[in-house]
Amino acid sequence: MNLSVKIAGVEFNNPVMTASGTFGSGMEYNEFIDLNKLGAVVTKGVSNVPWSGNPVPRVAETYGGMLNAIGLQNPGIDTFIKRDLSFLKDFDTRVIVNVCGKTIDDYTEVVERLNDEDRVDMLEINVSCPNVKEGAIAFGQNRDALYEITDKIKRVSKRPVIMKLSPNVTDIADMAKAAEAAGADAISLINTITGVKVDINRRSFVLANKTGGLSGPAIKPVALRMVYQCAKAVSIPIIGMGGISNAEDALEFMMVGARAIAVGAMNFHDPYTTEKVVLGIKKFMQDNKISDINDIVGCIE
Amino acid sequence: MKNNSIKKKESALIVLQEEIAENVYSMWIETDISKNCIPGQFISVYPDDPSKLLPRPISICETDNGRLRIVYRIAGEGTGEFSALKKGDHIDILGPLGNGFPVLEGKAILIGGGIGIPPMLGLARSRNKNDTIIVSGYRNSDMFLEKELSNNGTLMIATEDGSVGIKGNVMDVLHEKNLRADVIYACGPLPMLKAVKEYSEKTGITAYVSMEERMACGIGACLACVCSSTEVDDHSKVKNKRICKDGPVFNVKEVNL
Ligand SMILES: Cc1cc2nc3c(=O)[nH]c(=O)nc-3n(C[C@H](O)[C@H](O)[C@H](O)COP(=O)(O)OP(=O)(O)OC[C@H]3O[C@@H](n4cnc5c(N)ncnc54)[C@H](O)[C@@H]3O)c2cc1C
Ligand SMILES: Cc1cc2nc3c(=O)[nH]c(=O)nc-3n(C[C@H](O)[C@H](O)[C@H](O)COP(=O)(O)O)c2cc1C
Ligand code: FES
Repeated sequence: MNLSVKIAGVEFNNPVMTASGTFGSGMEYNEFIDLNKLGAVVTKGVSNVPWSGNPVPRVAETYGGMLNAIGLQNPGIDTFIKRDLSFLKDFDTRVIVNVCGKTIDDYTEVVERLNDEDRVDMLEINVSCPNVKEGAIAFGQNRDALYEITDKIKRVSKRPVIMKLSPNVTDIADMAKAAEAAGADAISLINTITGVKVDINRRSFVLANKTGGLSGPAIKPVALRMVYQCAKAVSIPIIGMGGISNAEDALEFMMVGARAIAVGAMNFHDPYTTEKVVLGIKKFMQDNKISDINDIVGCIE
Repeated sequence: MKNNSIKKKESALIVLQEEIAENVYSMWIETDISKNCIPGQFISVYPDDPSKLLPRPISICETDNGRLRIVYRIAGEGTGEFSALKKGDHIDILGPLGNGFPVLEGKAILIGGGIGIPPMLGLARSRNKNDTIIVSGYRNSDMFLEKELSNNGTLMIATEDGSVGIKGNVMDVLHEKNLRADVIYACGPLPMLKAVKEYSEKTGITAYVSMEERMACGIGACLACVCSSTEVDDHSKVKNKRICKDGPVFNVKEVNL
């Protein structure tokens, strides 16, 4: 039975990854699960210098999901390379580093720093985080801006580049096409959907940032629709995510065209979710006599 | 490569659940982690309702022989669901989490305000009773844990309505009795923790406070639960600390309240 998938020439033991920002760099979850059993660890967004993030409260629970406005707090690329990448050296899993920035130069600075780090297998470019006002939002919500940043990053990166798309756009397929046209090796989607929660007793927003990004099971149908639309529009591989809580959810994403999938908010509900998804996919393949996972990718027209 | 961690998520058997004051519940559960926790740590408790994704952080009140006790107030739907559970039911928990109170020699004042009182019981039980003063603050005479507390130290009570002990809050007790010690441990609402910080600065007594914030992962991975730190934190590289992992207990000097 073959569970391995290939994206831009990089082979993954299985199609199950962690969604950026929900898993740190794996250090904390390593106390619960075996990171070697994951297709890839996708790390929390990292920028050229440390970022402090947003004021608290940064999270709010909503029906079947949650809002977050962490604001991309991260220790910066120096610490990330020294500490987080060193930690990941010991594991037999792929490492995808999620990169964020406020300007194109911020992004390319991080990308260049990572060029010489052997432990990095791929980059995922977060152009879609809806929380940072100072520019990041623009890259992911404007076709030309997305084209430009993809192009600039591809010119400097020695690693394959995944562009992570924001769902907060009118036409997701159009954005996917822009990324592909600019040379992206793959796309991942969806990032969180902008939302709000109100406290009627305090007559205020629950999040200090007012708005946050919605994730969790509540967004799965939207995510599936968008992955499907992108799969129809582009031929580069797609990493699908948004509300995946079990193998059935993961298989839905793969059947509409995702070559790999990522688990995000559900890690908070159950730290063993990723491992369980891998086991569940294996079982589905056995029960349905599927010898190669790649056979089901995009099997639904 | 996997750590030999004692932390796990499990479904724990409820061996006792009772309402010990209005809307305040005491729940004893059976779990191996009870053998490995220290006072001041907490557990994540998961509602069964699938529309609720996130765990509820609840302090460990005390442990005894393979059992762990939590004492909680109904604050919303999640804790409301927990309160309806009965002996024999199961509840999903993950822990033990956080750092816990540091052990310090000498005389200590343990301050608990309202639903911040529970972790003080476990702390008091871990100490020499003759060196332990406990100050707990309630709204009124509808108190909880006061008997257990008085068995484990010198208990002083404040009530907002003055029906028991000193009328006012825990700080009024400290000021009125001019209490002195080698260390203060405190858990309760933010205004109380701020007052404890001031008291510590004025008297020079070292103080540790247990803090609260909305959490998502509960284990230090998501950066939801940060508090502002006085110095750049070694993990985050900014002036932020994770309450779930670096706390919930901090030296008052480390944090901006
Ligand atoms: C380290 C720590 C220890 C705690 N120990 C205790 C304890 O021993 N006894 C006790 O009664 N309470 C304790 N709390 C508070 C307890 O976590 C909340 O009362 C509980 O999460 C409320 O959940 P709910 O579903 O009933 O309320 P809702 O308001 O419906 O909850 C909605 C969301 O907000 C979160 N939330 C709401 N209030 C708080 C809060 N004060 N702190 C953190 N998250 C909150 C919930 O976890 C949930 O995700 C502690 C909190 C922390 C951070
Ligand atoms: C707390 C939190 C932090 C996140 N941080 C990042 C991030 O740093 N970079 C990024 O590209 N996406 C980030 N995301 C988005 C997730 O990677 C994912 O795209 C989204 O949550 C949808 O998946 P889910 O429903 O499984 O959580 C974050 C999501 C959450 C909940
Ligand atoms: S709740 Fe995730 S870091 Fe504290």
